[in-house]
Amino acid sequence: MTDVQPQLTVNQAALRARRKATSALMLSLTGVMTLLAVVPLLSIIGYVVYRGGKSLDLSFFTQLPKPLGMEGGGVLHALEGTIVMTTLAAIFATPPGILAAFYSAYHPNTPLGVALRFSTDVLSGVPSIVIGLFGYAVIVVPARHYSGLAGGAALAILMLPTIIRTAEEMLKMVPHSLREASLALGAPEWKTALSVVFPAALNGIITGFLLAVARAAGETAPLLFTALGNERYDVGMIIRNGVAQNQSVLQIIGRIVDQPVDSLPLTLWKYAQQPYPERIEQSWAIALVLMILVLALNIFARLWVESRKRRLQG
Amino acid sequence: MLNQVKAIFSSRRSTWPKRLYGHGDPIWTLLLIFGSLLVPLLILAVGWMLWNQSAAARAEFGWNFLLPTLDANWDPIASNFQAWPFVYGTLLTSVVAIALAVPMSVGVAIFLAELCPSWLRLPLNWMIELLAAIPSVVYGLWGIFVFLPNIVAPVGSLMSKTLGQIPGLAPLFAGPMPHSGVSRLGAAFILAIMIMPTITAVTRDVLLSIPNSQREASLALGSTQWEAIWKVLLPYGLSGILGAILLGLGRALGETMAVTMVIGNSITGKPSLLSPGYTMASVIANEFAEAVSELHSQVLIEIGLVLFFLTLALNVAARLLVWSVARRTLQEVRS
Amino acid sequence: MEDMLAKVATHLYTENDRLHPSPSLQIKMETRNVSVYYGKFRALKEISMVVYANRITAIIGPSGCGKSTLLRSLNRMTGLIPNARVEGEILLDGEDINSPNVDVVDVRRRVGMVFQRPNPFPKSIYDNVAYGPRLHGIHRKKDLDEVVVRSLQQAALWDEVKDKLHQSALALSGGQQQRLCIARAIAICPELILMDEPASALDPLATLKIEDLMHELVKNYTILIVTHNMQQAARVSDYTAFLMMDEDRAGYLVEYGPTRELFTNPKDKRTEAYITGRFG
Repeated sequence: MTDVQPQLTVNQAALRARRKATSALMLSLTGVMTLLAVVPLLSIIGYVVYRGGKSLDLSFFTQLPKPLGMEGGGVLHALEGTIVMTTLAAIFATPPGILAAFYSAYHPNTPLGVALRFSTDVLSGVPSIVIGLFGYAVIVVPARHYSGLAGGAALAILMLPTIIRTAEEMLKMVPHSLREASLALGAPEWKTALSVVFPAALNGIITGFLLAVARAAGETAPLLFTALGNERYDVGMIIRNGVAQNQSVLQIIGRIVDQPVDSLPLTLWKYAQQPYPERIEQSWAIALVLMILVLALNIFARLWVESRKRRLQG
Repeated sequence: MLNQVKAIFSSRRSTWPKRLYGHGDPIWTLLLIFGSLLVPLLILAVGWMLWNQSAAARAEFGWNFLLPTLDANWDPIASNFQAWPFVYGTLLTSVVAIALAVPMSVGVAIFLAELCPSWLRLPLNWMIELLAAIPSVVYGLWGIFVFLPNIVAPVGSLMSKTLGQIPGLAPLFAGPMPHSGVSRLGAAFILAIMIMPTITAVTRDVLLSIPNSQREASLALGSTQWEAIWKVLLPYGLSGILGAILLGLGRALGETMAVTMVIGNSITGKPSLLSPGYTMASVIANEFAEAVSELHSQVLIEIGLVLFFLTLALNVAARLLVWSVARRTLQEVRS
Repeated sequence: MEDMLAKVATHLYTENDRLHPSPSLQIKMETRNVSVYYGKFRALKEISMVVYANRITAIIGPSGCGKSTLLRSLNRMTGLIPNARVEGEILLDGEDINSPNVDVVDVRRRVGMVFQRPNPFPKSIYDNVAYGPRLHGIHRKKDLDEVVVRSLQQAALWDEVKDKLHQSALALSGGQQQRLCIARAIAICPELILMDEPASALDPLATLKIEDLMHELVKNYTILIVTHNMQQAARVSDYTAFLMMDEDRAGYLVEYGPTRELFTNPKDKRTEAYITGRFG
């Protein structure tokens, strides 16, 4: 064996200087990129607040649209539609979503568990416009008319992956000992799940639920051919008429959901493409409402998760 | 799973009433299975429905109407359907968006995972998440009135003056760039911003999942921090990062509202990135509710079917890639 | 007591008695009052010791006493931990490695490291060994080939892998992976190799191979090894440092000296207690 290895013949000091310069350059470049990446967010928030704030007032939330050329008017119809459809979507998506989450959390390695996780990931990647076509084919075509119900169902499909994934994470975080303690006392699995594990994970599940709601409330594409849009949608009027005609609660709910319905993002989309300045101002105002909704729900959900994490760790 | 179902049936024979009422677990298990079957079934149902509803169009045109032609003609009233302009618009905007978003996203992910001081990490992660949470229509609105006229239009005219003069590239960067910025380039830029959070988040998680021993091994051999990242960490996480890129590509292909708002929705013969264009998702969004004939809506559904299969394939590939990194890390930790 | 120690020592030193401090004994590294802090916590307290060139020095002590921390401060790997701070002087060939005009990249080039668990890159065997040389400017294929072959030979791995240089390093066994990591470390001609319990994740046979390898390597290199295994320290090392924890959980040096003396005739009661197994 020879005594010395081949020496590093290159001028090491110069090479090192060059390597370190490259490193410093590239690392600071990633910092610059991060700064740049945040710019669109700040710009969007800034413009939406600035331009939306100007035309946002109380009547915006309380009035139906007025014909073009008339002052004022609001987007009550869209606000109501968004509330109706997101509520429907939440009702459709939450129970099966949480059941699936329970399965996925407890049986992650069974074939069904793997298929579930995989298809949940895949479903979250299916374009929302395709989900819209699906809603059209499954509900609108058989019913022969567009409806809030169809819109809510389409939104429910989009909510499912978020609900399942966050609920699964949260259920997994519940200590195993808690579950075992209940089972050891002779409680059946379902009772343990619903009365011990579920409450322990509830906070986190609500967080995921809120994020899913925020996403659904901002969706447009799946509503284009399911809810379609309806400038005269007025829940108050439907209820007043229903009460006057002595309709049952179910009938009234039926009339609320079983007709074309508008939503905030749908209205934004329509208004933004019109050449009338007042419509464009209103679409900025809708953008502001949507952004407040999305930001508030997101920040709220994050804070919740963080505080909970801290409590679990500390 | 089969065993569970078997257990339910066998329990029915023996202690059915007691199990059902006193115990209730078989019903619970059935409910869980129902809930978890829903998602896979939904995906199958979407595929099946779109397939079914486009049967007449597929019989009439097959898949050839998607292929490149020189005299693309889309005239629903005359039942002329040649979808190449949409396919071209979708592919071009998505590819350009990926090209713009990937370096940026990987850079941001490196910063978040490797460099970021811990006090800055949380706010930055939040911001990236918020960027992903902004509704598509808000991106579109901001695009039309802020981003396109102020950023994309000048960038586009600069491109037409420089890249557009290079013989080989001229058709792709032929001017004039519209002053409004409405163009395929505008759509690609907006898409890039929209898919950046996805690619960033997945890449960041991939980097964070790489065992610290890899960083140490490189640094202990006298590498700089950048060399450790570039020569060890990125190759180690490569398949995960590819997965992230495929996820982003899937997003870009299917993104509808923002693109529809900024691309101009016009069928031009020009292949230029700087001209207005159309995409597959946009044509569905614009025409489906007002389809003039059964065949027209069927053709649109067929385009939707293509989008569905494309994104499905991309997502499956992407998930497999991301999972493979996670599994390798797990194996190493175990071994 | 004395008898037992003597017995152990003769048993351990029949073959590998290289302990004749020659006049040419040179100091490769010296620590002077080195303390390491993690934030406010002091992990190491004023360690002063020397590492002689072409000798194997072992650091032993109960777990948690800061052995690994000491080792990692010697090639500035402690700098990777946020808010870790090193005080005192660490002299490599008489020059303080923490002084501002010394380059951390160069320090780590000169002071190589082998970790507790084998950590090969998920690249081919060849690329693992060639990684360091490439970093430091060797790119010609002929040179690289030469370095790779020699490093693998010195790491006693060549015969086992010469037919599969371009297969993944992850396919090797644990012991082979660790020897590959040693080959990777020596491919950049470090002056000092730090080994952090290099055999703790290996089976006895693989451990033995690594120990034999160390005896070979020390002809050309200087080795500083951390081990929790006293027999191993006694078997392989020429000098031994014994560390303990004080009541504040800070590690301090109890005794340092030629291994044989430390094991047969410890000056400190605590050392004696530790090596006879009455402690830790």
